[in-house]
Amino acid sequence: MLDVLSGFIQELRATGIPVSMVEAIDAMDALKHTDIGDRVAFKATLGATLVKNIRHYETFETAFEVYFALHRPVETPSDQEDESGGRRLESQPGQAGGGGNDADIQQLINSLMHALQGNDEEMMRSIARRAVEQLAGMERGRPVGGTYYLYRTLRQLSVDQVLKDLVEGVENETSDSLASRLEREELESRVERFKEEVRAEIRRRLVSDRGREAVARTLRKPLLEDLDLMHATRVEIADIEQAVYPLTRKLAARLAQKRKRHRQGRLDFRKTMRRSLSYGGVPADPQFRATKPSRPEVFLLCDISGSMATFARFTLQFVHAMSGQFSKLRSFVFVDALDESTRFFAVGSDFDDALARVSDEAEVVWLDGHSDYGNSLEMFYDRYAQDLTARSAVIITGDARNNYRSPQAEYLELIAEQVRAVYWLNPEPRGYWNTGDSVMRAYAESCAGVYEVRNLRQLESFIEEFTVPNLIPRTRSITPGVRVT
Amino acid sequence: MTVSFGSPSEVGDALKSVNYLADHRTSQIVYLAEALGKPVLVEGPAGVGKTELAKSLATITERALIRLQCYEGLDESKALYEWNYKKQLLRIQADGERGWDAIEEDIFSEDFLLARPLLEAIRSAEPVVLLIDEIDRVEVETEALLLEILSDFQVSIPELGTISARTQPLVVLTSNNTRELSEALKRRCLFLHIGYPEIDREKEILLARVPDLSEELSEQLARVVRSIRQFQLKKPPSVSESIDWARTLLALGASHIDTDVVKDTLNVLLKYQTDIEKVSKDLTVEDGD
Repeated sequence: MLDVLSGFIQELRATGIPVSMVEAIDAMDALKHTDIGDRVAFKATLGATLVKNIRHYETFETAFEVYFALHRPVETPSDQEDESGGRRLESQPGQAGGGGNDADIQQLINSLMHALQGNDEEMMRSIARRAVEQLAGMERGRPVGGTYYLYRTLRQLSVDQVLKDLVEGVENETSDSLASRLEREELESRVERFKEEVRAEIRRRLVSDRGREAVARTLRKPLLEDLDLMHATRVEIADIEQAVYPLTRKLAARLAQKRKRHRQGRLDFRKTMRRSLSYGGVPADPQFRATKPSRPEVFLLCDISGSMATFARFTLQFVHAMSGQFSKLRSFVFVDALDESTRFFAVGSDFDDALARVSDEAEVVWLDGHSDYGNSLEMFYDRYAQDLTARSAVIITGDARNNYRSPQAEYLELIAEQVRAVYWLNPEPRGYWNTGDSVMRAYAESCAGVYEVRNLRQLESFIEEFTVPNLIPRTRSITPGVRVT
Repeated sequence: MTVSFGSPSEVGDALKSVNYLADHRTSQIVYLAEALGKPVLVEGPAGVGKTELAKSLATITERALIRLQCYEGLDESKALYEWNYKKQLLRIQADGERGWDAIEEDIFSEDFLLARPLLEAIRSAEPVVLLIDEIDRVEVETEALLLEILSDFQVSIPELGTISARTQPLVVLTSNNTRELSEALKRRCLFLHIGYPEIDREKEILLARVPDLSEELSEQLARVVRSIRQFQLKKPPSVSESIDWARTLLALGASHIDTDVVKDTLNVLLKYQTDIEKVSKDLTVEDGD
């Protein structure tokens, strides 16, 4: 037990979850009071003692499933399956590579439909088991990830079609839109549960084939805040998007506290005297004037051309969610022309709508729809330079890949002279800068800082540093991070 | 006298008897907290019953509940203890004749100590449930005040020495997760995240909390609420809102839920205008199909 547990903790640490020595000992202690045969209780105990952040919980769950997978005999279908599934389906080793024959599959699909309709969990589980056995085509020792098998199983079962049929059946029955919507969602959640069963079954087989450590390694997912924003998949993007708003709220709370700590101003003599009355005239409790925090004016310029779109999306979302922290926030989007996008993000507007309107209504294409930083900067300077003041900060996001056009860095120089500082956030790894058509170097000279911002964590830390003014350099002589020269 | 538990399921049953429906995980962790004498840090969105858990615990263990509501600017003198300045001043003025040593000894004694919730919980002769509510509202520095209490159940007062707990309090901290709590604090606690309940449990909660609610209506309610939680909302409805909504529907005499009923009463479930617009717009689109 101790071995398994320490292996498990190693795995948690490897995924980035900080587990301290004390917590490991706590876990051991707590297990003494836990009925280890009770899986839910066992998991609850480990979760409560080892994982102290809800964002890490999913990662914990994956690792838990791998390390403490239920071992049960894989090859022999039990009697119970026969009752629930109808005909007995022999496992056929010869077909392991190619999947079962059509009749078998059809039969599985039929019983799946029944199980879903009746919400029969036991039956879903046994179908999942048989489906994986017959359809996933798992071979011993083959180094293929679990998602491949999952995809293969679900496709052959045509789960999406099953769901669609069931939903249609329901929609024909009821006329009320709300009722059918609810019914649809109920079915969707059952299908989701079924998929989870399939996933668990695949995982179990992988573990018994390759061992815990290997499987845990292939399933290891980076924590959300470390995901590369430029190359996130659709699912990951949805996850990140959900995380942005809570993250900004947390950051805002932190900044408010940070500001307060800096807020001690000059002694307020009147107030101190007034207070001293309750101590018999002794000024025991000195009072200070509050200082007004200086809130920067922000001009945010985002490259929204194809490759940068995802990144721009998060930056826009993040910065607009933080707009309370700035005295003024104006955002601009560009590809090879530049347009102001502030109007889409008015207070109270829905963010998805706003983004849709940006891509529909903003006039950002001038010639061919390939990024042209030079022209965009020129347009920004021509149209908006009169609004720039010494309190403004300009934040530009993009990879500075100018498609071999003229960078026109002199415009950025002109802009930089008028404002407090220009910052550049580049979502590419630092090693790629200034290679190919990247003209990062030409712009970097006018910037107070060029930051590599590839994930939420880096974006958050930039905004934090930027917003609380005491900690950021006001002159261009101090370089944050590595200065590009 | 206070009650302690033999097994997690006893905890669950006891909680159920006071109409708090805890899932298996919650009862296990609460049981551990009691068995190990560790504080529980309960985290989760607003309105899922974090504070209620502490209150119910106090009821079932027959302990007194001492509550420290946290807020920005909470400090030692509000949370731990404070010297009663005015009384001390009076004492000094009352006998100016005596030597300073005697007076000092006198004015820094327990008579002049104002116990605040944390000290009170420690000094109590009967074991108590200590609820530290919304810990995420205090500054990071203030959190440090709690560390001594949470790990050793003692308070150090420079003038008096260390006061140790006479009885072990059951400590529950709640957090809405508006900021990251310090590692030091988290390390000392068992972590319990309460999320939105599964549909079946939500139904049970509704039935337990709202008498007169029919089985069928509660099922529908739970489903609608789950459906609304799937929207990207600023503040998704939580359990307390669905309970309010169930009460509202009962008061209105609605026997079943359809699109119109939902739209008319949406403002009970959702607290932001944009959220309400978003959901009702989506429901209207469905209508047009």
